Amino acid sequence: MSTLEILFFALSAFALVSAIMVLLSKNPIHSVLWLILVFFAISGHYVLLNAQFLAIVNIIVYAGAIMVLFLFVIMLMNVKEDKEPQKKLWVKLVGVVAGGSFLLLLVALVKQTTQIQGKQVLLKDGVIGLIHPLGQVLFNDFVVPFEISSVLFLSAMVGAVIIGKK
Amino acid sequence: MPIQYYIFLCLGLFSIGVVGVLTRRNAIIVFMCIELMLNAVNLLLVAFSKMYHGLGLQTQPGSLAGIDAQIFVFFIMVVAAAEVSVGLAIIVMMYRNVHSVDINFLNRLKN
Repeated sequence: MSTLEILFFALSAFALVSAIMVLLSKNPIHSVLWLILVFFAISGHYVLLNAQFLAIVNIIVYAGAIMVLFLFVIMLMNVKEDKEPQKKLWVKLVGVVAGGSFLLLLVALVKQTTQIQGKQVLLKDGVIGLIHPLGQVLFNDFVVPFEISSVLFLSAMVGAVIIGKK
Repeated sequence: MPIQYYIFLCLGLFSIGVVGVLTRRNAIIVFMCIELMLNAVNLLLVAFSKMYHGLGLQTQPGSLAGIDAQIFVFFIMVVAAAEVSVGLAIIVMMYRNVHSVDINFLNRLKN
């Protein structure tokens, strides 16, 4: 196995184990910390795919800003681990079975699709993940959605303040 | 690296998010599982963008094929940040009203 394959499988196992630990931990703060580890693993995948801009943005926005917001809200509410009411066992079982059959269905679907057979993902070549081409495309072809997203942020800010003030 | 590996990894992450939404009752954990699903989709988009970039480079050197998907991921992150701020404000308001973050309290929104 080449170094890239070893890195890919290590990062994938890391991401999947951390994602399962998000569900299994009773304490919400531990869930947040495991989710941050998932985001770091996904950022590692972005680096492997040479999407450097998205790797940095993922760490700054998700692991930095959004998860700090989650931690802040959890600490504000002082949610205790034993206070969370658990669902009934059969409801949990039904949830796991439903998710598992969803996974099984999609895996079977992907395995028999012919259009993607033998297609390779370009790992370390290619320049489309770098800041220079991304910025040029973003500010030439996608400048209107970029400006509209600023309006979205403004409305989200106003909405959050109004909801939180009541 | 075959594209199937990335598809299977992202399906696994997405299914873990689905199971989390279906089995937990803490609204914050449910919200975090939604973030996990968004991230699985982002990773899949980037993998597909690099796949199409490889195909485009074979036909025309120096092409920027597949860059749209990475712009799309950027916009998904923008929308996710806005969504998290509003969603957490709603959860805080719910905690203030019923002193719990149990999602079963949300089954009678009309009262």
